[in-house]
Amino acid sequence: MKIATILLTLALLAGGVGFAADANRIVVDGSTTVGPIAKAFAEYYMKLNPRVNITVSESGSGNGAKSLVNKSCQVASMSRLLKLNEFEAAVHSEILPVVHVVALDGIAMVVHPGNPVAKLTLAQVKDAYLGKIRNWSQLGGPNAPIVIISRDTNSGTYETFEGKVMKGEKIVKNCEYVGSNGAIRQRVQSTPAALGYVGIGFLDDTVKALAVDNVMPTPETVKNGSYPIARPLYLVTNDYPKMGSHLYRYVNLYLSKKGQSMIEEIGFIPVTSY
Amino acid sequence: MSDAASRLRRLAAFLSKSLLLMATAMSLVAVLLIIVYIARDAIPFFKLHGLKELFASAAWFPSGTPPEFGAWAIFVGSALVTAGAVVVAVPLGVAAAIALSDILPYRLRQAVKPVIEVLAALPSVAYGFFALVIFAPLLQQRGGSLLAVAAWLVLLPLGLLLILIVSGAATRSVRPDVAPAARWILAAALAAILLRGLLALGSLLASLTVASGTNALNVSVVLGVMALPTIVSVAEDSLQAAGRELREGSYALGATRAETLFKAVMPAAGSGIIAAVILGVMRAIGETMVVWMASGNAAQVPQPWYNLLSPVRTLTATIAGDMGEADQVLGSSRYHVLFALALCLLVISLLANLGSEWILRRKQRRLGGAK
Repeated sequence: MKIATILLTLALLAGGVGFAADANRIVVDGSTTVGPIAKAFAEYYMKLNPRVNITVSESGSGNGAKSLVNKSCQVASMSRLLKLNEFEAAVHSEILPVVHVVALDGIAMVVHPGNPVAKLTLAQVKDAYLGKIRNWSQLGGPNAPIVIISRDTNSGTYETFEGKVMKGEKIVKNCEYVGSNGAIRQRVQSTPAALGYVGIGFLDDTVKALAVDNVMPTPETVKNGSYPIARPLYLVTNDYPKMGSHLYRYVNLYLSKKGQSMIEEIGFIPVTSY
Repeated sequence: MSDAASRLRRLAAFLSKSLLLMATAMSLVAVLLIIVYIARDAIPFFKLHGLKELFASAAWFPSGTPPEFGAWAIFVGSALVTAGAVVVAVPLGVAAAIALSDILPYRLRQAVKPVIEVLAALPSVAYGFFALVIFAPLLQQRGGSLLAVAAWLVLLPLGLLLILIVSGAATRSVRPDVAPAARWILAAALAAILLRGLLALGSLLASLTVASGTNALNVSVVLGVMALPTIVSVAEDSLQAAGRELREGSYALGATRAETLFKAVMPAAGSGIIAAVILGVMRAIGETMVVWMASGNAAQVPQPWYNLLSPVRTLTATIAGDMGEADQVLGSSRYHVLFALALCLLVISLLANLGSEWILRRKQRRLGGAK
């Protein structure tokens, strides 16, 4: 079934190269984290320019890079930079990836609202995910085994967490993997002993965010660089878009006042400050 | 004139025949292509890493440096979840099939069967949502008492039934004038033992705390329910196919309803029931969405291995979950290992399919021979 879908998709993609050149059609593919921004931008832009058709898929940063290299999308939305081998593959396919930093994102450590623990150090977070700390009592909480929850290894959020917190060491085997930010929030709000992480944009009062190294995850702390688990979010195009083209105006929406308020509304931190 | 007409008719017949042939060939070609393409992308993995790493190690770190591809825990996870689903679905499904075909009045049966078949029509993501949002928190909050209640519900009627049968059989040779009294005393003694045992088991289960509700038990129960409609309808069909003559013949020989069911109908429908079970198992092995959402996806062998309360990772969820980041462009091991897993899954389901096919054919031969 899945293979049949892949074959079908490949067939469609082969046909898709033809209309990819159409200047009124923009295809965005990539990160589930950047997806909401790309979607909000797309809706706004299509309302202003009804003849332009923008489709946004969220299949993970890696897929975004893949699609850009395959020329099946014009914009890859990514929550990490291209890896060296992805860059290499791109250059090999005569694609020059140009990176636009559209917003910033912090990863917040979250626990159940009833959990008395309010702050952890980065080292404690790492030890919990390494399985060296296994009980909340070791972190000043109740006597309950920690239920470690992570995004799936397929997500940009995971890769940032792995890079910023784990620094290449392996997450403990009993860690549970979950397919989306929303699903992590759902698991944490219903599991008293859970420890998970979500993008700051996905924080709400159903879960409790922890201070890391005594810094709360807020837009200000991410922007001034004091919050340790933070990253830029990218849109990647092939070459810099032709000035004045639809692609150019779409990708640069983040620099406008409207773009800033859209990014804030979704819960990310804009790079501009009007 | 009529010559031309008959030629046209022959052409039409030829065209329609070849169209039908093509339609049939289409699905055959699709199956073959799937096997070929999966194998083609799986073989590079075995060339690079050999067989040993995949099957003998339980260290699954596909994104680590260096990556490790030990899938033993994933195979165990799949097996555990499937076994759990079988334990849930087979007794329930076969019992429901018997009730539908032989016990329930005809009109009730007409109402109940479509409802059971609705279970098959629900999309698996709906099951997954239920498992994640409702069942998992429920297991965490009341897991122990829930298990205790389930144990009581299942074991009490089963135990009482067994006691009645055993006490009846044991007192058959006793003198007729004291037999009823002896039977009652024996049954009461056995019932007391049963109650003691159930109380002990109940309090043991109730004292369990479930740390995480997304675990093998959760998924087993949900997959079991998902496999139910398949098992019920196939098993019910084969019980029906055993025929009226068989049942009436059995009653005519003086057999009770239970004897007719267990000694005449079920042996006749046996291979159909086994085929139903295999089909149900396949449904459980192949299911992806529910396990991806609610099994926890932790690539670990539970400690001890039968601990259904620990999160596990299955083959299907691993393939679905890791595909996005696996490097398709350059074709890394991380990409090929998923095809190696898919190949294993394919081999398992092929074997199961062939098995059920063989069982069904054997039944047909036997029925054909009897005529």
